[in-house]
Amino acid sequence: MTAVASTERPAASGAAERVWRLFPALLSASAFLWFLTFLPVIGAGEVVRVAWPWVPGMGIELSFLIDGLALVFALLITGIGALVLLYTASYFATHPGLWRLLILLGLFELSMLGVVLADNLILMFVFWELTTVTSFLLVGFDHEKADARAKALQALLVTLAGGLALLAGILLLGILTGTFEASALSAHSELIQDSGFYVVIVVLVLLGCFTKSAQFPFHFWLPNAMAAPTPVSAYLHSATMVKAGVYLMARLNPSLGGTDLWFWTLVLFGGVTAVLASVWALRQTDLKLALAYTTVMALGALTMMIGIGHDYALAAASAFLVVHALYKAALFLTIGILDKKAGTREVDQLGGLGRKMWATWLVAALAGLSMAGLPPFFGFISKELLYEAVVTAPAVPILVVVFAFSASAMMVAVAAAVAVKPFVGAPTKAAEKAGEPPFGMWIGPAILAGLGLVLGVLPAFTGSFFVLPTALSIAGQPVEAKVALWHGINLPLILSILTIATGVVIYLKLSAIRGALAGAEARGIWDAERGYDWSLANLKRFAAWQTDAIQTGRVTDYIFWTTASLGALLWWAIVAGGFIGVPALQALPLIEWAILGLIAFASIAVAVTHSRLIAIVGLGVVGIAIAGIFVLYGAIDVAMTQLLVETLFVVIVVVALLKLPRLRTAFAHWQKGPRWGHATLSAVVGAGVTVALLAVLETDLDRRITTFFEQESAPSAFGRNVVNVILVDFRALDTFGELAVVVIAALGAYALLRLKAERPEPKGDAR
Amino acid sequence: MLLTAPIIISFLTAIACFLARHDRVAQRWLSLLGSIALLIASFLLAAEVIRHGPIAAAMGGWLPPFGIVLVADLFAVSMVVISAIIAVTTTIYSFGEVTDGEERFGFHTLLHSLLAGGCGAFLTGDIFNLYVWFEVMLIASFGLLILGGRKEQIDGAVKYVVLNLISTIAFLTGIGLIYGATGTLNMAELRDAIPAIENDTVVLTTAVIFLFGFGVKAALFPVFFWLPASYHTPAVVVSSLFTALMTKVGVYALIRFFTLMYDTQMPQMQTMLLIIAAFTMVVGVLGAAAQNSIRRILAFHSVSQIGYILLGLAIFTPLALVGAIFFIIHHIVVKANLFLVGGVMTRLTGSEDLAKIGGLWRRTPWLAVLFLLPALSLAGLPPFFGFWAKLVVIQASFEADAYLYGFIALFVGLLTMYSMSKIWMEGFWKAHPNPSGAAALSLSRNELALLVAPIVLLTVATTALGLFASPFFDIAVQAAAQLTETDAYVRAVLGTLP
Repeated sequence: MTAVASTERPAASGAAERVWRLFPALLSASAFLWFLTFLPVIGAGEVVRVAWPWVPGMGIELSFLIDGLALVFALLITGIGALVLLYTASYFATHPGLWRLLILLGLFELSMLGVVLADNLILMFVFWELTTVTSFLLVGFDHEKADARAKALQALLVTLAGGLALLAGILLLGILTGTFEASALSAHSELIQDSGFYVVIVVLVLLGCFTKSAQFPFHFWLPNAMAAPTPVSAYLHSATMVKAGVYLMARLNPSLGGTDLWFWTLVLFGGVTAVLASVWALRQTDLKLALAYTTVMALGALTMMIGIGHDYALAAASAFLVVHALYKAALFLTIGILDKKAGTREVDQLGGLGRKMWATWLVAALAGLSMAGLPPFFGFISKELLYEAVVTAPAVPILVVVFAFSASAMMVAVAAAVAVKPFVGAPTKAAEKAGEPPFGMWIGPAILAGLGLVLGVLPAFTGSFFVLPTALSIAGQPVEAKVALWHGINLPLILSILTIATGVVIYLKLSAIRGALAGAEARGIWDAERGYDWSLANLKRFAAWQTDAIQTGRVTDYIFWTTASLGALLWWAIVAGGFIGVPALQALPLIEWAILGLIAFASIAVAVTHSRLIAIVGLGVVGIAIAGIFVLYGAIDVAMTQLLVETLFVVIVVVALLKLPRLRTAFAHWQKGPRWGHATLSAVVGAGVTVALLAVLETDLDRRITTFFEQESAPSAFGRNVVNVILVDFRALDTFGELAVVVIAALGAYALLRLKAERPEPKGDAR
Repeated sequence: MLLTAPIIISFLTAIACFLARHDRVAQRWLSLLGSIALLIASFLLAAEVIRHGPIAAAMGGWLPPFGIVLVADLFAVSMVVISAIIAVTTTIYSFGEVTDGEERFGFHTLLHSLLAGGCGAFLTGDIFNLYVWFEVMLIASFGLLILGGRKEQIDGAVKYVVLNLISTIAFLTGIGLIYGATGTLNMAELRDAIPAIENDTVVLTTAVIFLFGFGVKAALFPVFFWLPASYHTPAVVVSSLFTALMTKVGVYALIRFFTLMYDTQMPQMQTMLLIIAAFTMVVGVLGAAAQNSIRRILAFHSVSQIGYILLGLAIFTPLALVGAIFFIIHHIVVKANLFLVGGVMTRLTGSEDLAKIGGLWRRTPWLAVLFLLPALSLAGLPPFFGFWAKLVVIQASFEADAYLYGFIALFVGLLTMYSMSKIWMEGFWKAHPNPSGAAALSLSRNELALLVAPIVLLTVATTALGLFASPFFDIAVQAAAQLTETDAYVRAVLGTLP
């Protein structure tokens, strides 16, 4: 892919490039053909599985499985992918970002294929997250607009959050059953459903599915994702990626499904999503947004069908999956044509395009009829199955019929608004400059819309090769359902006729309904997005507050809290260790009391003084007094070292003092008066160390090593001064290291003094 | 003597660079050769350890416990190898960034001294000797921090050194106490000597003193102040080196002490470590989310990653330790890389402040890809190495019934993505607020090659580690096994089991 480097060149750069840009579409089409060859095998009810080891230590395989469900998805992904890539090459013919778009779409297609083909759930998750990332990059394609960036981030955060829940769910499933293979999980369904983790697992997995597939209350990111270019919306946010959640529910239905929890959660969330989304679709004046809401509706309906879970419901889900992908992608691409050719997607500004764009109208009409569910389109078959499913639902059939009926009726109205309204009536201003799109943009939606008709008039083929094998995979067992155009006059047919009639009425009253809905919107009904905004804003606020509180920029604060942590830890350990006994100290001679008194006095002086000089002298007194203790206990060499260090310390610091500003004038926050807080903290830490030391003194001293040094220093190391021998022989490595420290310190000090700053000084506060 | 080779090579290189300080070209070649020699030596050492298990050598021929031993087990050599890789990337990148003056005043000498200290700390089997290596690292890192002499650097360096000195003093106090209680400084001997101490207070107080001392080094909550105060101030390549090595030495020492010598399974100790880990993860990532300049985001975020490593240690199952080891390696490879990318971003846009930069997705898409891949890895997204690190830690916490902590770790991943998205959206997606000014900033072909080569190397590493994780997982499992089953370590040092 050398294309990464060439993305900034103008796209129209010669005949060769114009051919090359069709290459991704061709690749995708070949993949489509390859997947077609699996039809006979899968239609016969078999599955194909291949696996290679990946991280066997964690039970993770590169395992792929093709069954009815996977194959239908793979065909949709590669087939629609090929047409969308073709469309994109034409739609963005002169856009400098064309190759970037094609590459991202290609990466997305591969990831999406991975999601539906992976058998190992961890592997599936790998691809799942890749679709999230590519989706983020595609939504933000128009990246110099702040709005597009914000919406890309929203899509990313919502789906990532769900993805993390999903990962937790997958891990729990794996820990519980010992396998990550989806195909092996269904054998453990009893184990899963009887375990105490079942509810948690379902909630976690569904959080992942609901966010990805835009179920209420996480639906809001999907219409917002329409900030993406139209081909992207058609492909990712309608036909493929947003169905990943539905796919996973279908895939896990044999392992997790069949319980009351599964039924009620999916039916209620799916049903509510479907109805609310269709209402909101009516409200939209931007046709692309209207379609986006109908996508949410479709996802809700699919979720509801999987939740109902009997044979007809699963057959209906399988059929609707295909039909929706076909007509929705076609309609999105048609909207893209209108946008490009008429310059707007606003329904009020479109009208009378039929004469100048009859070929486009044909496509829109075919797709719209399938969407409205008229015979002999595939959409009709799918709706018949849907109604058959809801009227036979095992629980609350009335409720699900109401869900299905109202959503479908509103779909009819939206279909009309998209496929009829722009093309009829008096030509608007936008219609004046309109015209037919280039072939490359027309052929894609035309094929998709045409397929809706072809699959509809061949119900036996469609049923045995697509619908039933898919339903079988979802059910985990063979499914009995009749896929046909004519079922006789029955309840579903009557419902269908009523649906269309209601839909037409809604369409005719559309502007009034829109007005009413606009009023409701202004009052802020079901505005779940606000939850997202609120969380993000408060997260930022809390993060800022927390960071200001902790990272104040004052080194005195840092020292205080660091030391306080040590004190807290020490006393916690002392209490937890249970050491309370005060050791019987031997009676101290007077001289030692005097030294102790001197140390105490000097320490207090350091704490209360304002004068740097007195503080330094106080510290010096403490050091010298300690040297005195060393003398008393016979450690003359240590005492001498200590004295030398203390003297040097005081001298150097006093010299430095001459250069320092006065404390109170230099530091505005310098605290007046004695620093009792600091003094107390010092005392607490000091006491803690003392108690620890006393505890150590209670144990017997092991003098093995000291004895060895004393004995061996002369005979083995040829030195009489034991300390010297320790330094230069027994523990020479330590001495070597310390020498290095001294040399490096000198080097650093030299650089600090002599090297002038060569880089600009940045502005900003030091934290 | 393979065990001493990393330390000797680094010191020799430091000295050679110092002697050649007036000849820029010679100094650079010596520095690069030294890094490559270190890499080769570390690979040879690693091969030896993989073949034979832990190996040890008594310095000066004084057998333990009387002299100092160097020990290499799988965990230690992994750290040495990864440090050597960072040495190479740091050296190459520095050629494109560090100024003439900084090189003359000892950049390369300080760099290799720091590496020597790091290798010494990873390889030593003696707690006082460990303290010495900590000092070598501290002083060399201080030199690197102030090199360049800007006020901001000195301000950061003072905070850095003061807080680290508190930690060092605590560490030294702990050594004194434990030597008093057991009469030995040898880690292998301490394995049996510490549990044998009858007074619980001695065990617990020394344990918390070491926890505090290494905790400051590792930048755990609530003692991480020095890190966000200093990491954004020196040269970019120094930030990258520090993020790879400094906190990791602290974490390494924590893991060494609390697997070999102390028992994290003391119930209160485990609870405390879990809580510290959780706060470190959350506070660190929130700190990153609140920042608005590239290096400040990256630096604060390092704190949160340390929390994951501590979580692995606190859970203390073999899988959790695998997670901790994975996370250390992951964070070194990825965060060091992101700092380097940030440096190139700054050079191309003129600022680190997110409000003042932009336009890089359009201008340099290759840089965008080189940022995106490690950033995704950092957030634990597949198929990069960070995903495996996160997955293992979370799976380990679930398996140990520490569900709350597993979920916190997941949530922190989301916030990581948020902090990275800030850099992405402002630096790459947003248009540059001053496009003509930015267009004037460009890098020569030579500079670009030197700056980008290490980035490519590290990006390939994190991707390859992610795609071919299995062999590394197996090695990490062995390394973790050596940490939990310490007999092999002790036998290598003492010859027999006590």
